Amino acid sequence: MEYIIEMSLFARPPQAEGGIKATTGWQHDLYDLLRENGITQIAYVPDAGHGVLIDRSLADPDVHSIALTTEEEGVALIAGADLGGARAVLLMQSSGVGNCINMLSLIKGARFPFLTLISMRGDFGEGNPWQFAMGQATEPVLAAMGVICVRIERPEEVIPTMNAAMTMAFKSGQAVAVLLSQRLIGAKPF
Amino acid sequence: MLERSETVPALIGRHEDFLIIAGLGGTACDVGAVTGDSANVYSLGGAMGAACMMGLGLALARPDKRVLVVTGDGELLMNVGALATIAVMDPANLSILCVDNGHYGETGWQKSHTSLGVDLEKIAVGCGIKHTRTVATKSDLAPAARVLREANGASFVCLRVKPTEAPEFKRNFDASFCRDRFRAALQ
Repeated sequence: MEYIIEMSLFARPPQAEGGIKATTGWQHDLYDLLRENGITQIAYVPDAGHGVLIDRSLADPDVHSIALTTEEEGVALIAGADLGGARAVLLMQSSGVGNCINMLSLIKGARFPFLTLISMRGDFGEGNPWQFAMGQATEPVLAAMGVICVRIERPEEVIPTMNAAMTMAFKSGQAVAVLLSQRLIGAKPF
Repeated sequence: MLERSETVPALIGRHEDFLIIAGLGGTACDVGAVTGDSANVYSLGGAMGAACMMGLGLALARPDKRVLVVTGDGELLMNVGALATIAVMDPANLSILCVDNGHYGETGWQKSHTSLGVDLEKIAVGCGIKHTRTVATKSDLAPAARVLREANGASFVCLRVKPTEAPEFKRNFDASFCRDRFRAALQ
């Protein structure tokens, strides 16, 4: 299988044609896997690295696609969804992890199942020095709040790693973050 | 000014008609006094700012039930962007009751922004929430209670009360136990 990685990781004005929009590839397989596992609420702060998942969720009539003003809203949303018997996922960039810290006490204290996909910045090949502080702190911060981190570097790891993460979250009730490295998603070009 | 111990029960009415998320501090005690800490309630003891978004996740998960978030002005202000997110999603079954005493009662009664000119109903309106009310007198209670029960879209009621203690109520602080209890009762 050939995986095509979207070339432009910048947000583009909606009217502009730009970048190479893949219609197949690991991002699409990942979306299908989330849906096969019964996830019906997809929450996010808009992010280029999660662009395909966000676009697919917006086009999916059976999913609530929830744009947030800050990532911590998504942590609380996941807890509420679980109270109602639904499964949710939070998509964010590594910089958003810092916005979630105290809210994660809700997840840890009540043992809510928790799944988040994190597109990394301040990581492999990063060209913006502002991104390194939170990018490099992402794993220690999550670990300190009881969130298990699993990291994906290569496209062929996406499906098996996500299957493992969803088992840990939804079968074992753990809090799990899947880190999509910049080696996988591409460093933002400057 | 209105008294919270009289007006919160009047606005909630028959609590069994709702799934309730209660914010930390005074509003958890308000709700506990009305419900006896029953299984249709999930009360926060921390994670300040979570209540409204927990309500949204629950409302989207259970469109067949009416969800009521009862929270305070301090908790709401900490994550006020949640009102914007909720307005955009506009679930037909989510209502928010903010018990606004203008103070942080838990930490020594410091004034909150709502004592200093911030109007939470105007923020809700500005976010795009279509069904809003401010309750400042007893005659406002009945129409606001109807909004909380019947609005076909996200609703927001700001209840202005005196800065007095919430009713004393000892509730269960075991967040995990309360999660299991809530989920089991909802099956």
